[in-house]
Amino acid sequence: MKINAILILAILSVTFVCVNVSQAEAKVDEQVYYDISDQLDYELYEDPQTLKVFEETLDAQINGFWELRAGYRLQNDKNEKDMSISEARMQVDIFAVRDWAEFHFKGDFHGSLVDEEGHFDAREINMAFSPHDDLDVKIGRQVLTWGTGDLLFLNDLFPKNWKAFFIGMEQEYLKDPSDAARFTLYNDFANVDFVYAPQFDPSTYPTGEYVSYFNPMLGDFAGQNAIISADRPDRLFRDDEFSYRVYKNINNYEIALYGYNGYWKSPGGMNSSMTAIFPDLNVYGASIRGKFADGIGNLETAFYDSAEDRTGTNPMINNSEFRFLAGYAQEIGQDLTISFQYYLEYMLDYDDYVASVTGMGMPVTREKDYHRLTCRVTKYMFYHMLKLSCFTYYSPREEDAYIMPNITLKASDQVALELGANIFLGEQDHTFFGQFENNTNIYAAVRYSF
Amino acid sequence: MKVFRVMLAGIAFIGFLAVASVFAQDALVEQLSVEQIVNNANAAAYYQGNDGKVRSRMVITDNKGNKYVREFIVLRKNYGVNGDQKYYVYFVKPADVRRMVYMVHKKSTPGVDDDRWMYIPSLDLVHRVSATDKRNSFVGSNFLFEDVSGRSMADDNIELIETTDENYFIKKTPKDPSIVEFNYYTMKIDKKTFMPLDIKFYDRQNELYSHIQVAKMLTIQGYPTVVESIVRNPKLGLQTVMTFTDIQYDIGLKDSIFAERSLRRAPREVRK
Repeated sequence: MKINAILILAILSVTFVCVNVSQAEAKVDEQVYYDISDQLDYELYEDPQTLKVFEETLDAQINGFWELRAGYRLQNDKNEKDMSISEARMQVDIFAVRDWAEFHFKGDFHGSLVDEEGHFDAREINMAFSPHDDLDVKIGRQVLTWGTGDLLFLNDLFPKNWKAFFIGMEQEYLKDPSDAARFTLYNDFANVDFVYAPQFDPSTYPTGEYVSYFNPMLGDFAGQNAIISADRPDRLFRDDEFSYRVYKNINNYEIALYGYNGYWKSPGGMNSSMTAIFPDLNVYGASIRGKFADGIGNLETAFYDSAEDRTGTNPMINNSEFRFLAGYAQEIGQDLTISFQYYLEYMLDYDDYVASVTGMGMPVTREKDYHRLTCRVTKYMFYHMLKLSCFTYYSPREEDAYIMPNITLKASDQVALELGANIFLGEQDHTFFGQFENNTNIYAAVRYSF
Repeated sequence: MKVFRVMLAGIAFIGFLAVASVFAQDALVEQLSVEQIVNNANAAAYYQGNDGKVRSRMVITDNKGNKYVREFIVLRKNYGVNGDQKYYVYFVKPADVRRMVYMVHKKSTPGVDDDRWMYIPSLDLVHRVSATDKRNSFVGSNFLFEDVSGRSMADDNIELIETTDENYFIKKTPKDPSIVEFNYYTMKIDKKTFMPLDIKFYDRQNELYSHIQVAKMLTIQGYPTVVESIVRNPKLGLQTVMTFTDIQYDIGLKDSIFAERSLRRAPREVRK
């Protein structure tokens, strides 16, 4: 016992001495030059660190939030509940840094009154490391984003969650995670990103479960009564996705080339038994972003090669498309920013599409070109405690729109209050946003971050 | 190789001259023009070392006594004294912005806008920030972005009001008052280090609305460095206490740190 005690004491002393030495070393090059702190009447504040014990035990950063969020439809929807969202959610985020890698876990526990179930979603479980000075690797479940669009995605084929978006969940949830390996190679010529997802991750799109939609088969709005089921390619290592990007920054103009080999991210066709499917898709594109006039401009293009219908003669599968985006953002006042985007989808082999659809006796529902405009206005007030924003999609020919006003108030460093709406407008039932008209909703949330 | 050595010797000599001139400044002090004083003050406040790292902490107290904490790690690299700079700001607090990154390539040329990026880790989103207006609140504090990275010297008319044994007193009046919210501001500058010790901003009614005071200054690695300062906004009843720790100079930050790679994955210098 005695020997142990002496050993411990010895170790403690040595540690203490070492700590003292290192502190002394750190201070060697410091001298007080000027100090009037006792005249200025202020005190240093230590903020409460509730999770400190856990953080020290795990040697990790622990954060997260509690949230209550509720939303209601502003009109009667015969196919859905009045409640658009009603949930309690807790997110836990653990980030551990080691000498050779970083580990990240982020998971959400949430219970919903709309489907009356409890859920757990792991949003991130990954590790990041650099096997070589010029190579970053991140493996596991991760959220991935690239491209220049603001809520418009051309070359970003990583999974989205439109359902969460439409019912007023926080912006974070617009992105579903991917189970993937990401390799980024850095060099002076151009950096290369390569992402491999061994199993296809489709986007979460409105299926009728939470959000009603226009069902052309029924010729009417549909929701819980006609939930879309789709046949998803899900064979591990066979139904896989490759995404790549080559990018370079030239005088702070960010230039990128993109590629993707995988599948349409939401159903892009039907099979002979009329089940929605995700046909093969290859995407090739390019973008540039940088200073333009008094703000930031961006251009992006993408060619969508619908590999299962290259001739455009199959009425059951999406044709190939050309997509284009031009955007501009400018600060027009103190903490006030406005941005605009123009977006185009241009169907290739349109005549073949028309011929094949009419040949089947089906109505022609798509135009050759589809135009969309967006506008975002963001204003911060009271030292960023209050954020007012509004994002609008508008399609001039279809005369439909989707407007998302939002007010977020940070009542303290921990508590944020949010109030917003998702407003769908449309002259016709079958248009992209018009079909969601019955889902127009307002929502409110309170979030406690830790 | 020889050419290279000659160049190195040349650079070393220029470096020696620069150091010598600093020592000579005490002797020449009386002959400094107001422009030189302001240049030196700007260099002292924002350009110490070739590069540097600091952990900044702001505690904001509002008129009701509520406290807000902002904490972030800053990496900075200079490209010449009072020249361009690159900033990498890695957020630690509050919790909802943890691991967000704000990166600025600051341009010293008048009329040329800075390049700014924001990285949002929950979306893996690299956002290009359009910010021509530097009078924006910095990360939701009563500090403005200009207070953190410096206001362009070409933006103001300057005059030397008074010189004492220890201090210079400077008054700066914006050339274009329409884009700022102050009429003028005054600076008390330490004669030896050229560090601004006390800055007072006066609003359109010529009333004091923002008062920045250095509380404590150390000499770190030979560089005069503010480690505690306080900002008071008497009209709004706001007070911000800033503390700077973990300060290091001349750590040899590479250019490549101030690029997209570091946005998506924090560099070794800030990871922990």
